[in-house]
Amino acid sequence: MLNQSDILQTLDMIDNQHLDIRTITMGISLRDCADPDIHRCADKIYSKICSRAEKLVATGCAIESEYGIPIVNKRISVTPVALVAESCESVEYVRIAEALDRAAATCGVNFIGGYSALVHKGYTTGDHRLIDSIPEALATTSLVCSSVNVATTKAGINMDAVAQMGRIIKETAERTADSGGLGCAKLVVFANAVEDNPFMAGAFHGVGEPECVINVGVSGPGVVCHALKEVHGQPFDVVAETIKRTAFRVTRMGQLVAREASARLNVPFGVVDLSLAPTPAVGDSVARILEEMGLEVCGTHGTTAALALLNDAVKKGGVMASSHVGGLSGAFIPVSEDEGMIAAAERGTLALDKLEAMTCVCSVGLDMIAVPGDTSAETISAIIADETAIGVSNNKTTAVRLIPAPGKAVGDRVEFGGLLGSAPVMPVHPEGADAFIARGGRIPAPLQSLRN
Amino acid sequence: MRAVMTVIGPDRVGIIASVSALLASLNINILDLSQTIMGGIFTMTILVDTAEANCPFEEVRAALSAHGERENLSIRIQREDTFAAMHRI
Repeated sequence: MLNQSDILQTLDMIDNQHLDIRTITMGISLRDCADPDIHRCADKIYSKICSRAEKLVATGCAIESEYGIPIVNKRISVTPVALVAESCESVEYVRIAEALDRAAATCGVNFIGGYSALVHKGYTTGDHRLIDSIPEALATTSLVCSSVNVATTKAGINMDAVAQMGRIIKETAERTADSGGLGCAKLVVFANAVEDNPFMAGAFHGVGEPECVINVGVSGPGVVCHALKEVHGQPFDVVAETIKRTAFRVTRMGQLVAREASARLNVPFGVVDLSLAPTPAVGDSVARILEEMGLEVCGTHGTTAALALLNDAVKKGGVMASSHVGGLSGAFIPVSEDEGMIAAAERGTLALDKLEAMTCVCSVGLDMIAVPGDTSAETISAIIADETAIGVSNNKTTAVRLIPAPGKAVGDRVEFGGLLGSAPVMPVHPEGADAFIARGGRIPAPLQSLRN
Repeated sequence: MRAVMTVIGPDRVGIIASVSALLASLNINILDLSQTIMGGIFTMTILVDTAEANCPFEEVRAALSAHGERENLSIRIQREDTFAAMHRI
């Protein structure tokens, strides 16, 4: 029989250290739903999602009950809608967003991702229509998430798209002003977006993916933080080993759930995303892990090095625990969703510039950050340009999910509720970059050798 | 299906008797059992086979949990695979 202390340790992780499976995400291809009539296209999309994901939530709940491990979210990602709707004669792409929203509600999932366009090298007609419709789509639906890929390492940065996304983010915030600009929490601007990411708001089902697939995202900042408390003050070799060992255990749980969900739903298993995804709950924070390593407050000098170690050790520990690893895989630093990040930002120690540096060494990017409501579209575009440059030059995924909170200023706080948490409004530099953004065109792809 | 049950609570006479009687009534076989007192707290882990149980797993779980509430114990059951995945390569 299993060792009793191992059993109790696992239960302690679940009960007291917030160990959970963050998401089971079913990826569904919508490539066969294209139709010149947008209403027929929307109907096909609704039917296909409902039939494929009919048992997703029930299966997730059954696994949760039998294995005794919480599965926080069940979600759906679909083929980027710009591709599916390309052949529609109508420009009313919002009809498709509504169909996605209805399908998500029918299936009982809490988000559906893929109202997306990939424009890193340029726009098609469908891409233009989709991006133009994002503010209305996010304001009139509740479960739909949107993303736009504006740059890749191989194509460079589409600065026309970067400029437009600044305006789209502003408009989305204004259209959802009554909820603090909540629409922007469902909109991600990517560089090097991945095709198999199970995490929202940036999930979409890439064109290289199969008809239907199950991807699982794990979590566990609380478990890592708890483990590090046991090795307090010891050298970094011990810290790295401890994180690796913990990440291995957490990921094994994710692999188990992924395999089981895949078998029960008769859908192929895609990847486990090895992520440390925080929640606003106390004891489930990535910032607190960095502080446990010896930083007085997250955001001070040393934070980037601490995060680099954490991110690398999580991957090293997790890779061996899963047969297929993918998605974004790394530590997430969404400010509003991390209790320690919120505290550090409110104290003024964690600033936007430091967060940008941190994104060079961890998963994703400037995530769930509220900025003053009067921040200009050009400034937001400039922030996006910086972040995509980091992704493109470092051959990694970066993303921007900024909320220019309408009517709010530095010192205010925006409440989103639930897993999205609450965001302290952080300052941006007052000096503009309008002329920089107004240039448009493309920033060429970077050289991949002579890397210094 | 092999599952691990954990029973945790203040020690007193008759905990094992009442839990095993309940398992018998659900037609669940006990395969292995380990029990200790940690700091005055009764802690027991039981490996059971629920293959022949006379009701679905969800009802077994609910029955055990309800029994725990009545007896001031925390009783949980989950598939053995959960622990094996985490602690065995």
